[in-house]
Amino acid sequence: MAERTLLAGLRQWLESLGHMASSKIWRLGFAARFFVYILLHSGTAFRRFGLTIREIYFAGVLSLIIILVSGLFVGMVLGLQGYDTLQRYGSSEALGILVALSLVRELGPVVAGLLFASRAGSAITAEIGLMKATEQIAAMEMMAVDPIARVVAPRFWAGVISMPLLAALFSAMGIFGGYLVGVQLIGVDEGAFWSQMQSSVDVREDIMNGVIKSVVFGVAVTWIAVFEGYDAPPTAEGVSGATTRTVVTSSLAILALDFVLTALMFTGGNAR
Amino acid sequence: MKRATIDIWVGIFVAAGFAGLLFLALKVGNLASFSTAQAYQVQAKFANIGGLKVRAPIKSAGVVVGRVSSVMFDNESYEAIVTFNVDAQYKFPRDTSAKILTSGLLGEQYVGLEAGGDGVMLKEGDRLRLTQSAVVLENLISQFLFNKAAEGKEGKDGK
Repeated sequence: MAERTLLAGLRQWLESLGHMASSKIWRLGFAARFFVYILLHSGTAFRRFGLTIREIYFAGVLSLIIILVSGLFVGMVLGLQGYDTLQRYGSSEALGILVALSLVRELGPVVAGLLFASRAGSAITAEIGLMKATEQIAAMEMMAVDPIARVVAPRFWAGVISMPLLAALFSAMGIFGGYLVGVQLIGVDEGAFWSQMQSSVDVREDIMNGVIKSVVFGVAVTWIAVFEGYDAPPTAEGVSGATTRTVVTSSLAILALDFVLTALMFTGGNAR
Repeated sequence: MKRATIDIWVGIFVAAGFAGLLFLALKVGNLASFSTAQAYQVQAKFANIGGLKVRAPIKSAGVVVGRVSSVMFDNESYEAIVTFNVDAQYKFPRDTSAKILTSGLLGEQYVGLEAGGDGVMLKEGDRLRLTQSAVVLENLISQFLFNKAAEGKEGKDGK
């Protein structure tokens, strides 16, 4: 008798495990098909570019303040901290290299991506989720308007376009912040600051790789945001849960992708 | 919000984004001083290249005249073959010698060129005959220690 209940318990446990795994995989497959569907139906987003421009305004322009201010402060902190460490080795002129390389290669795309995920990604998810909860999406379908082409694709492309621009502005602002603190406040030589930076930052190797990173993060963040919004259960709780999931999942995705991209981009050149 | 206002703001945003990229490329990166269009390739063999890396500068009289494009190992002579691009506007005699030098005490390593006196100039694909390897700090220290030890011995024997 005891054996039978044990077996039944084991069976139930295995069943729930299998259900969990298959539903996760099903969701992943749904997200992938959703991505392909967005790409196939993004004609409208470019034909009626006004729709996309409106979304760039909400995703990009309204994120400008937080991106610029955090970029400036990250750069200023890098300037202070970098100077503190470098002057111990008597190479405070290398401050420009430190600030520029860490911003262009890593901090620019990653921090801008994290900010973008929490500022714009969450807004996209909440908006689409609420549209679904208030049956606006169903109404569009009733009127033979494809909601993916009309609602989802413009938001997706707006995010993909905005993200690299925001990351570039973040890096530029950060370097300006590093310059303010390093050169104007502490008094590192201005010529050495810029010339050492220019001699060691490569346009293709460092700046273009940073841009590629930010494009990849833009695709990942907006894909997760529109998918979570579209997939959200049409209730108040469902929308709030989906918004939280967007921020958590896209932040983790950015960090994981950053590791993979860094491993691909920057180890090949240095190993040789 | 009106359509035109949104358009203007998006226009400003996109323009600012591209301005940021341009700033990164021109002021932070080395796009302005970077030209691979006109350069000729020269090779040199070194017994030891120390820590020389690809893209290290080639300097002559302290001026950057090119960059290292590849570092390979020669299986026959067991030496390192360093290939580098020299900007076409700089001409060097064929008997120019190459040294691996270090900028500062702990700085990066670079190739220093010293012009010779030959009338024929270097051209694409030439190989420099006269080279001097990198100074390896460990070898230098051990040499110094051995010399000191030898001196001490001589001094004792003399007395």
